[in-house]
Amino acid sequence: MRYIVIFFLSFLLACKKEIQEANMAYPKLDPIKGDEKAGNWKPILLTSPNEVACPAPVSISSIRYQGEIQEILDLQKNMSDAQRTSIQYWSAGAVLRWNEIMRELVAKNNIPPYQNPDGSYPVPSAANPFAYPTFPFANPPYAARAYAYLSAAQYDALVSAFYYKKQYPRSSPSQVNSAVQAYFSNSSGSSFPSEDAVVMAVSVEMMKLLFPADTGFINEKSREHSLARIAGGGNVREELEAGEAIGKAVAAKYIAKAKSDGAGTAGGSSAVWEAMKQSAITKGEVPWLSQETPPRPPMLPLFGKVKPFLFNTADVEGKLRPVPPPSTSSALFAKELEEIYQITSNLTREQERICIFWADGVRTYTPPGHWNYIASEDFVQQQMSEVRWARNLALLNMSLMDAAIVCWNAKYYYFNPRPMQIDARIKTTVGLPNFPSYISGHSTFSGAAATILSHLTPSQAGKYQAMAKEASESRIYGGIHYRSDCEVGLITGNKVGSYAVKRAQSDGAD
Amino acid sequence: MRILLIIFLMVNGVKLSYSQTDFDGLFMDRNYLCVGLVGSYSSFTHYWEGEHKRDNLNMGTVSNISLGVIGNYGLSDRLNFIFNLPYVQTKASAGNMQGQNGVQDLSLWLKYALIQKKLFKGDLQIIPALGYSMPTRYYTPDLLPLSIGMQSRVWSYRMMVDYEKNHWYFTGAATYMHRQNIFLDRNTYYTDRQIYSNEVIMPDVWLWNARFGYRNQDFIADVFYENMNTIGGFDIARNAMPFPSNNMDYQRLGIYLKYETPVNGLSILANGFTTIAGRNMGQWLGIGLGAFYIIDMTKKHGL
Repeated sequence: MRYIVIFFLSFLLACKKEIQEANMAYPKLDPIKGDEKAGNWKPILLTSPNEVACPAPVSISSIRYQGEIQEILDLQKNMSDAQRTSIQYWSAGAVLRWNEIMRELVAKNNIPPYQNPDGSYPVPSAANPFAYPTFPFANPPYAARAYAYLSAAQYDALVSAFYYKKQYPRSSPSQVNSAVQAYFSNSSGSSFPSEDAVVMAVSVEMMKLLFPADTGFINEKSREHSLARIAGGGNVREELEAGEAIGKAVAAKYIAKAKSDGAGTAGGSSAVWEAMKQSAITKGEVPWLSQETPPRPPMLPLFGKVKPFLFNTADVEGKLRPVPPPSTSSALFAKELEEIYQITSNLTREQERICIFWADGVRTYTPPGHWNYIASEDFVQQQMSEVRWARNLALLNMSLMDAAIVCWNAKYYYFNPRPMQIDARIKTTVGLPNFPSYISGHSTFSGAAATILSHLTPSQAGKYQAMAKEASESRIYGGIHYRSDCEVGLITGNKVGSYAVKRAQSDGAD
Repeated sequence: MRILLIIFLMVNGVKLSYSQTDFDGLFMDRNYLCVGLVGSYSSFTHYWEGEHKRDNLNMGTVSNISLGVIGNYGLSDRLNFIFNLPYVQTKASAGNMQGQNGVQDLSLWLKYALIQKKLFKGDLQIIPALGYSMPTRYYTPDLLPLSIGMQSRVWSYRMMVDYEKNHWYFTGAATYMHRQNIFLDRNTYYTDRQIYSNEVIMPDVWLWNARFGYRNQDFIADVFYENMNTIGGFDIARNAMPFPSNNMDYQRLGIYLKYETPVNGLSILANGFTTIAGRNMGQWLGIGLGAFYIIDMTKKHGL
């Protein structure tokens, strides 16, 4: 009988299942420095901070303003737990949260399309985003570009907003009316226009362009954000509307840029793929072949022609293209190939852990997203202003996008085969990417990210370099890259990152 | 002939229709230990992505070979302790992904004959059982379908009803499996949303099992139906990979055969199953073969 007791007691032992999500524990953003002069920082695409207009706000003694203060008071009277949670969530920072939302959209959409019955592959269409395969396939280059456009546009919009904050200083709702409870910090010197609304509006517009099938989700987040700002006493409605107008106007400029940067045609055509293959053969090299069944067209072969943010298109090939990889017929190539076979057939548990930690493959936020997460975790500790958050993430993400451009350019110029194409004994611990080997994307991304992040947070430089090296080597352990892909990738990434460092030193924020 | 007769008499010296498993209505007598080795092979070519059935030319046929040590010890005639520890090896026939292998989860069961009574001239038993399984080491659950297991510690609460009349029997079992959270080698993952943690909530599972068959002192033969239903979890997205906290369901049909060899205490078993429906799982087809031996642990009969 006592066993029956044990039997039922063990039900009680059944432990709780909740988990702690790191991003839900972020503290309220309460910047140490207000960066009130950020209106003088150098924008990226805007020619000047006041290129986008912003009409003057109404007087705080006006009926409109008083009515909007009343709106806050009404909302604060009957606040639900859900609203409090929402306010707490958004109080961690607008740039941070919209960056997170972008990472989520990337992960959701990062799945390669399934083949057609005839063995061809359907291509997601921006014109018909809801049909299978839904648009986009948010692969690493697509994602890198998406993060860059989002962050750069947020930065320009905030520089503009800070310009007008200086011009139209306005106290926060709780300073004007002490009955208003402030759940958000107010550090930028002026509540007008709302930097949260600027970030929200510019993000919503960029995301609708980049992830049109998720418009419903994006709109829902923006409704939550607006409501949280008002209910949390962060802004009156007028301040949000002025911010939204700036955000939308800046987004329009970035959308125009995005439509003409060459990404729309980066998929190429079968003639393009064939020419790349022939070029490798002409050089006496074994050309890359898709290892999928049925063979899948290579991922974005013309992404290397997309217009970069940090340097001229000509520099991609003129200054940044790496030296050729070891010839597929060389002894060095054979040695590097054998190394991959040896490592993958004797993989240690620690190597497996590293592979999986950095895999960032299908249904993840990609390596650029991973570096955004790494940066965000550190930035959260630093209590920076929204505009500095945006500036730092813009520098990071422009580096990552430009790293993708340089890397993809090299991949398709050299068209180098993956290890298991040459040695079928090699089995991988991470998914095999469907594009040429040289140079490693993870390594290029990580080299670029570590360089700019080390400049932005020098105290963490050693950590970033170590992470980049580990991310790079994870691809050797995974069996999908030769050592030279990774080593040259890291160095090339460092070079790309140094362009961002140069910009950081001269944008007025350093 | 004479030897056979002797063997027959020796075999009759111990109770023959004994248990090896946590899902039958049979028990080892007190102080008897039954140990065995069971090897199995299972594979699938088609799987369900959510409820959509498909194949995957980049995996081909996924196979799973396992070799397990199983034991059942009679703590009393009505209370048995069962353990099972398998070594598992997985492989995909196509594509580039490395198969996984290693010692998987140790499972422990206590099975208790709470009620044993006559009913309609047959024998009715009500048998609660408590199970616990735990990984013996860290293996990654993050390479499905090639991971060797789920890495979860599981409490299983089972209630069985066993009824036998004229050697024909029916055993029904309901099992609630409380699965503890698992940990990945990465600090974020996407289910139906992005989660920033290395910890994954594993949805609990109901397992229903019904067996119908014939048993006597020489053999057991039954057919069984098994239904696994994960309570919650999410569907695999179109052309994405499976994940441990998917909403995995299956319905299987199988047969189970056991034969007492003429060698004292030695029995062999065979089983097979096919999957008739599923969700977020492979359409597994499997066979198993095993051999068991009984050891008398009482001092007076010690080997």
